[in-house]
Amino acid sequence: MKRKDILGIKDLSKSEITEILQTANGFRSVIDGKERRTHLSGKNVATLFYENSTRTRNSFDIAAKTLGASTTGITASTSSVQKGESLIDTGKTLDSLGIDAIVIRHPVGGAPRLLADNVKASVINAGDGMNEHPSQALLDALTAQRHFGDLSGLKLVIVGDIKHSRVARSDALVFTRLGASVTVCGPYTLIPDGIESFGVTVDTDLENAVAGANIIMPLRLQTERMNQAYIPSVEEFHMYYGVGLKHLAMAADDAVVMHPAPINRGAEISGDVADCDRSLIQEQVKNGVAVRMAMLYLLLQGGAK
Amino acid sequence: MILLKNATVVNHDGIKKYDVLIDGDIISKLGENLDALGAETIDCEGKLLFPGFIDMHCHLREPGQTHKEDIASGTAAAVSGGYTAVCCMPNTTPPIDNAALVKYVRERSAACGNAEAYPIGAITVGQGGKTLCEFGAMKAAGAVAVSDDGLPVGDGAVMLNALRYAKTFDMLVISHSEDKSLSAGGVVNEGENATAAGLRGIPSAAESAAVARDVLLAEQTGARIHIAHVSTANSIDIIRAAKKRGVKVTCETCPHYFSATDDEILSYNTNAKINPPLRSQSDVDAVIEGLADGTIDVIATDHAPHGADEKNKEFDYAPFGTVGLETAFSLAYTELVRNEKIELTELCKLMSYNPAKILGLDGGVIRAGVRADITLVNPDDELTVDASLFRSKGKNSLFDGWRLMGRIEKVFVGGEEKII
Repeated sequence: MKRKDILGIKDLSKSEITEILQTANGFRSVIDGKERRTHLSGKNVATLFYENSTRTRNSFDIAAKTLGASTTGITASTSSVQKGESLIDTGKTLDSLGIDAIVIRHPVGGAPRLLADNVKASVINAGDGMNEHPSQALLDALTAQRHFGDLSGLKLVIVGDIKHSRVARSDALVFTRLGASVTVCGPYTLIPDGIESFGVTVDTDLENAVAGANIIMPLRLQTERMNQAYIPSVEEFHMYYGVGLKHLAMAADDAVVMHPAPINRGAEISGDVADCDRSLIQEQVKNGVAVRMAMLYLLLQGGAK
Repeated sequence: MILLKNATVVNHDGIKKYDVLIDGDIISKLGENLDALGAETIDCEGKLLFPGFIDMHCHLREPGQTHKEDIASGTAAAVSGGYTAVCCMPNTTPPIDNAALVKYVRERSAACGNAEAYPIGAITVGQGGKTLCEFGAMKAAGAVAVSDDGLPVGDGAVMLNALRYAKTFDMLVISHSEDKSLSAGGVVNEGENATAAGLRGIPSAAESAAVARDVLLAEQTGARIHIAHVSTANSIDIIRAAKKRGVKVTCETCPHYFSATDDEILSYNTNAKINPPLRSQSDVDAVIEGLADGTIDVIATDHAPHGADEKNKEFDYAPFGTVGLETAFSLAYTELVRNEKIELTELCKLMSYNPAKILGLDGGVIRAGVRADITLVNPDDELTVDASLFRSKGKNSLFDGWRLMGRIEKVFVGGEEKII
């Protein structure tokens, strides 16, 4: 892969997306067999997290180690960032420490690009504000691909807090690019202005939206990004936008549920749906490691930068 | 004495080829085939001579933020942009909210000897939105208007009283109209581009609703109000309708609101982070229409210099604003006159005549007997904006690298040619 960074689905061509997914699919056997590889031995990967994360951070960490890289974790609250160091200065320090790839999560959209423009290391966006979460979208695409074989013609319904969700944006971009149709669903307070430009359909009626859906993806309420009154109560939100078994029944016969997690039972998803045999949530977690292995491998082993 | 030969003199009411004689600090004569013994003669064939531009809205950052700009660097930048006078906003540290600080700015302006700097005093003490400043004393010390720019007066009753009290002293109130409850947390214009970039939006109603309030309060009180940096189609409609009703309202826009849309933020360029934010194409079209039909009275810069490190940050953490003094004329000339949206006479109105009239300053015209504040422009010279060469300390220009027409060639302030 002839690029230094992966900052968002926006920047990736269809062939790059396909390359990542194919590579990731190959790595699934490594994970399933609990094997190790040495493709990235001698490489240093740093995770630089300015927001809390368990899943994504550990997933990148495991991905790097599985390929033989060594990893370093920097958390904003425990580093010199707290002493007022700028993002650019932190990046330059990591460069000097010989870091080959920086996996960054940041509360501000565009921050990974600012870092990438100022460091020699490869930068992978692990979620920036409300902008993008490319590794999540790619793992979702891989999960859907492995389950359905092909995304073209599928209908994905993303329901819940679309406004504050980088997952919704990246998923909309990757699924439409691969030929699926995407509907986003939620109350108008949680639908961002102009989301139609992502090639998605907006529907505020969940029962209507899930008709014929092959994949239903509930998103949690991002209360940490909510500074206003977006919904009156979790109860009312669950009543209108909580995904239950009845919605699965209304969807296509082969419909599945995916969720980027963490899940909030009784809010955007009911517990019985999360635990049912049509939930691919655990499969997503495994594919997450595979996709992140592929991203690291293709950037660090790829062609000229 | 200086004799400007064969200049194309642009006034608000007409264009004519003249020889212009400057004697001391005064334009002493305007006519054809003038001769003056001993005068330094400058050939102005093919050049445009404007009354010196007057910027109603800039930030000179002194006192307190002089790493961004100071009165010396800001007024030098002004001269380079063809301005002979600028009005500086009071959101300094501490704010210019009393007569002593107003006097300080006037004294520094005189000492610097570049463009004149006229301070705009705060509306409320500390720009706190509660207690009115001493408009009478500030006016006596040289303040040309009052404004709580950047920190708009949120409380309607305070604004109502500010307008009534300002009317007492015939003081102009300049309103940065913004409903902070609507804009809070936002960094770019709400819409497709904000959503695509994952940045928090500011709805255009945050401006338009506040403009509506402030225009209605001015109507209620009969006071004069000037709406700063108008950027939305609805704001312009509200002002157009108010003018028709006879409300004493004037307004300004800035070059970035007719030259650029919020497409600029898609690359996370923090120099495109401006308040009010860059808007959609339909808003830009409405601004140009408002300039063409006279609804918008003034082009001001909202020159907002910042340190390089302050802007080279995550988008949310970078401060709002672009510098503008050294690019405003060329942008207006290129985008509006060359693109045949307005005439040269209208450009003169927008940048010289109307600001002088609204602020009650001398100047804004070229005729015999007035102070020689004049700007000579080569309209056919193309330039590439290079922010690193700016005289402003602020290099944070949205327009860095843009190719524009119209170069400032000479600037006279009070008859004295300044370095540009």
